[in-house]
Amino acid sequence: MSMKELGVVGRNVGQRDLESHARGQTTYYEDVHYPRMLHLKMHRSAEPHANIVRVDTSAAEASPGVVCVLTHEDLPGKKVWNGLAAVGVGPEDEPILAFDKVRWRGEPIVAVIGESAEAARAGAAKVEVEYDPLPGVFDVEEAMSGEAPALTAHWPNNHYIYPDDHAAAQIRFGDVEQGFAEADHIVEDKYQTSPIEQAPMETNGCIAKPGGDGRITVHTNTQAVHFARDNTAAILGLAPGKLRFLGGTVGGGFGGKVDVAVEPISVLAAMRTGRPVKFKYTREEEMQVSSTRSAWRLFIKDGVMNDGRIVARKITSYQDSGAYLRFSSYGSMKHAGHMPGPYTIPNVWVDARVVFTNRPPSSAMRGFGVMAASFAIELQMDKVAKTIGMDPWQLRLLNAYRNGDMRAHRKVNEDAAMVETIQAAARLAGHDLPADYQAMTSWDRKAS
Amino acid sequence: MEDKLIRLTVNGRDEAVIIQPLATLQDVLRDTLELTAVKSGCGQGGCGSCSVLVDGELRLSCLTLAERAEGAEVTTLEGLNATNAIVPLQQAFVENYAAQCGYCTAGMVMAAKALLDRNPAPSRDEIVEGLSGNLCRCTGFAPIVRAVQQAAQALSDTGEEAS
Ligand code: FES
Ligand code: FES
Repeated sequence: MSMKELGVVGRNVGQRDLESHARGQTTYYEDVHYPRMLHLKMHRSAEPHANIVRVDTSAAEASPGVVCVLTHEDLPGKKVWNGLAAVGVGPEDEPILAFDKVRWRGEPIVAVIGESAEAARAGAAKVEVEYDPLPGVFDVEEAMSGEAPALTAHWPNNHYIYPDDHAAAQIRFGDVEQGFAEADHIVEDKYQTSPIEQAPMETNGCIAKPGGDGRITVHTNTQAVHFARDNTAAILGLAPGKLRFLGGTVGGGFGGKVDVAVEPISVLAAMRTGRPVKFKYTREEEMQVSSTRSAWRLFIKDGVMNDGRIVARKITSYQDSGAYLRFSSYGSMKHAGHMPGPYTIPNVWVDARVVFTNRPPSSAMRGFGVMAASFAIELQMDKVAKTIGMDPWQLRLLNAYRNGDMRAHRKVNEDAAMVETIQAAARLAGHDLPADYQAMTSWDRKAS
Repeated sequence: MEDKLIRLTVNGRDEAVIIQPLATLQDVLRDTLELTAVKSGCGQGGCGSCSVLVDGELRLSCLTLAERAEGAEVTTLEGLNATNAIVPLQQAFVENYAAQCGYCTAGMVMAAKALLDRNPAPSRDEIVEGLSGNLCRCTGFAPIVRAVQQAAQALSDTGEEAS
């Protein structure tokens, strides 16, 4: 097919909602207005790890303009949950509202609903919580050392065990130890990524509005409207048909609006008060409390030949899930699925672990699990190039996967474009490649 | 402190609204008058999504007490489309793909309008400076700057006003 016959490729295509954005006509979740709408604010844990001795809500209840106060005792259905429970991920480990313990600073404990956002905020500030602080752990390796406090009874050593009893998402391909023994060089390093806040311009939020027939309409900026509806129903023990979720334009998400953080408690508040309830994260909550991209620590060891071929790669990585699981086991599987990078390596060993610490729970962000893998692998490639004195472009071209290669996941490569992409980038960057490297293609390994 | 009646002109229309003590102009515009193009990305002066014109000057409505707008002439993004026709500045945002989620767009367009109203032929640096109080997390700033450059060009070609 020639370019002329393609309807879309190579042409400018209008963006459906651009004019509406430019005219200010796009409707976001909080652009609907209901009379007598209430506002919800959360009283959050001031401690990263502590037993809860006592929660006193009397001053909050007496605060001017406060209409309703909700604790874990008011939850009609689940007390703990996991968003992927419906597809067999578990055990459910995260309290909807903390009861016996808090495991991260910012964990929700008491919801306060008021006539105005200010009344709710003032009320939430008057909730009294007495803590018995526990030692915390904030480092993935310390968490697994055996000397750290266990965050929950589910994970005595603070690391996740997959349902098939594996301690990690694993790849076993060839024999790395033999590869290392045969290699001319061993290149090893440790890599660390940071937690990153998605920081959408519109913070997490929703409005829950009771209607007839006991049905609740929820205007939400979730990135996953059916997922949010089903989880809200499961948490509150409601038939999903009782909930009408309306999504729409999301004011930026980037993975930061899939945690179902605001809908269940807002629906419960609407049920209890019979009035519309809005729960909108402040900018401070968005930055401090909403989940971030997980921080990852990776150890990479490569066996490399003098000519640049990487013959063995061993990776151990630790995903800092924070205090609860959320979607981390899935994230670590994607992370492992990205190993050993876009390179054909005959011997590969990967253990990707999920570890619990007293940090805020982490979750999805653009390229869940993949970013940290690429970051570490490409830094490692540069280190390998430097160690053996080879041009880093050529090192990547030499090792890049080709069509027909068996990947470490035992899938034959079918759609490689890595070689051509590097060649095009080299041309654009004005980086000269020798003739044999310019002649390489994704279809022919012989050229190398 | 008690509720208070204030009068102001918003997008050319006279309005009388009852405000609570410490209500912001953002509260009045968004919640009372339901001019929802005025956004609230932070409520603390950090993002520019709530930008409006007060007597022709660019203002963050989240940091402006409603009381201080008594008698003022306020313009929100909705006010640019009095005849329902898209204006050249908005058209330039569309043609340059200068928005993705759109949450920052109203503030961006108002900051650009304030700039072009006082300086119809800004340099690229002046555009960047003029938009420096407005954050965008999706689009990147290059298409937005290009949109304002195109709008300025269109204005000098036709001799029209920005909007
Ligand atoms: S909402 Fe006014 S500057 Fe962010
Ligand atoms: S377009 Fe999403 S914040 Fe600018």
